[in-house]
Amino acid sequence: MSKRIGMEIALAAAEAVALCRPEVIAAYPITPNTHIPEHLSDIVADGRLDAEFICVESEHTALSACCGASGAGARAFTATSSQGLAYMTEIVPIASAMRLPIVMIIGNRALSGPINIWNDQSDVMYQRDAGWISMFANNGQEVIDMAIQSFKIAEHRDVLLPVNLNLDGFQLTHVVEPMEMPDQAEVDSFLPSFKPLATLHPDKAVSMGTLGLPDIFNEAMEAKDEVLKNSRKVILDVWKEWKQKFGRTYEPIEACKMKGAEIAFLSMGSMGETAEVAVDELRKQGVPVGLLKLRLWRPFPFQELKKAVKGVKVLVVLDRAVSFGGPGGPAFSEVRSALYNEPDKPFVMNEIIGLGGRDVRVEDFVKIIEKAQKALKTKPKEDYEIYGVRGS
Amino acid sequence: MVEIRWHGRGGQGAVTSVEMFALTAIEEGKFAQGFPSFGPERRGAPVAAFNRVDNKRIKVRSGIYKPDVVVVLDPSLMSTVNVVEGLKPDGILIVNTVESPAEIGKKTGFKGTIATVDAAHIAREELGVPITNTTMLGALMRATKLVKIESAEVPLKNRFGRLAPRNVKAMTRAYKELKISKAA
Repeated sequence: MSKRIGMEIALAAAEAVALCRPEVIAAYPITPNTHIPEHLSDIVADGRLDAEFICVESEHTALSACCGASGAGARAFTATSSQGLAYMTEIVPIASAMRLPIVMIIGNRALSGPINIWNDQSDVMYQRDAGWISMFANNGQEVIDMAIQSFKIAEHRDVLLPVNLNLDGFQLTHVVEPMEMPDQAEVDSFLPSFKPLATLHPDKAVSMGTLGLPDIFNEAMEAKDEVLKNSRKVILDVWKEWKQKFGRTYEPIEACKMKGAEIAFLSMGSMGETAEVAVDELRKQGVPVGLLKLRLWRPFPFQELKKAVKGVKVLVVLDRAVSFGGPGGPAFSEVRSALYNEPDKPFVMNEIIGLGGRDVRVEDFVKIIEKAQKALKTKPKEDYEIYGVRGS
Repeated sequence: MVEIRWHGRGGQGAVTSVEMFALTAIEEGKFAQGFPSFGPERRGAPVAAFNRVDNKRIKVRSGIYKPDVVVVLDPSLMSTVNVVEGLKPDGILIVNTVESPAEIGKKTGFKGTIATVDAAHIAREELGVPITNTTMLGALMRATKLVKIESAEVPLKNRFGRLAPRNVKAMTRAYKELKISKAA
């Protein structure tokens, strides 16, 4: 039976990961994800989890160790943030190319510089094209649920890809709140043990991560793209099963108050919860506004997006990262591009907000809606704005 | 929804206070958040920590700027930090101090409800150290009646183990010894 608990979300994430019985955990602490591996090391030291906890000397080694462990057939887990993820970068696309179903939790934090330990999503956006499944949680409950789902998705025979699960640093990692924690039997019945297709073993030699010459490289990239796209079906199946077993709904894009919405926000991560409060208030005042929470970042949910924006006149994409010198924030670029060939597409505008821990408040969404209402008539030319910049 | 801001100094356990208060409310089946002012903390430097409590799921994830309640763990902060900043006019200010509510009202200019207790004295007697975070939980519970004091026993026991009974006693004394006045 699931149990209602009060706990810091980072600790709850560690508890949820422990319920998945990972066999190897390799991590290096970095704010704000630190409490996740720290608590897992406690759980291992207390004998509650039979796993190899490898205290590595860097994040590059953390992910390398996970690759080795996963290649040898172990269920492997790591967690990091910001510069730690950046330091892993060399290994990130290798893990997906080698089809290793590693699960990584990212406590999202701004990339330096200037040095900043606070939340935005620039760290994971840096890894956008690495071939991992990438998902966002909005609250503590979703962190627990999606951590467990992640292993099942990653290890499915039709997938065998690493997953990164994103939760906003501090805004989620450091908050104590109530959550439902499944018990061991429930997780065991949902998540079978990892059965790898091929494993590294001294008695039965295989090679992983070999050289790919030009004559096979296009094909290898095509295969990697195909398998990531095809993971969509497994992701949807896993979420359907989760709904049946645990009663909580997960969708690639979640719609809030979208019925009759002329203006809609599209958000990723925890600010969607604050946006929901703003949308509720605005709806009470008769403003036809709705909210789309983008949960599945890779593979990108094109079908669901096209369906979700039907009837919307202005779509405000909220990004928590900048693409310097580019067309707008990363989510905005994807969304606008996805809708480009649609006959009845909304006007898409972009607000880049909440960078490096800048607080995002209910009234900020109200102000953005006022701007969107104007944009409905004027269709402004500028593609994006970094919201709330002083002196602008 | 009730929003609470705690003021303390790094090392005085303001973060533990918000954790214990959130867990107490959750223990009662309520919904609550407890979170620190995000970022690094220096021992002795002024810090803030926050709670939200409600009977339904709390969605807002921004900071707290207009609290209903302010709790001050260390009276020396009153001369360096504007502890009543944004505090709602009909809100509650709770201070660990030897001074009376009327004196605190004069010092801060706050015209809402003011409650004071010499939590440092209680903590020194019950815990042997002037760390007032668990003691002031009792003051907050009495002044706000948001949770029952008994509900804090489980989270305190989980957190403090064999030291829990002394923390419960300090908390209970503050609950009883709190002086509340509806100023102005």
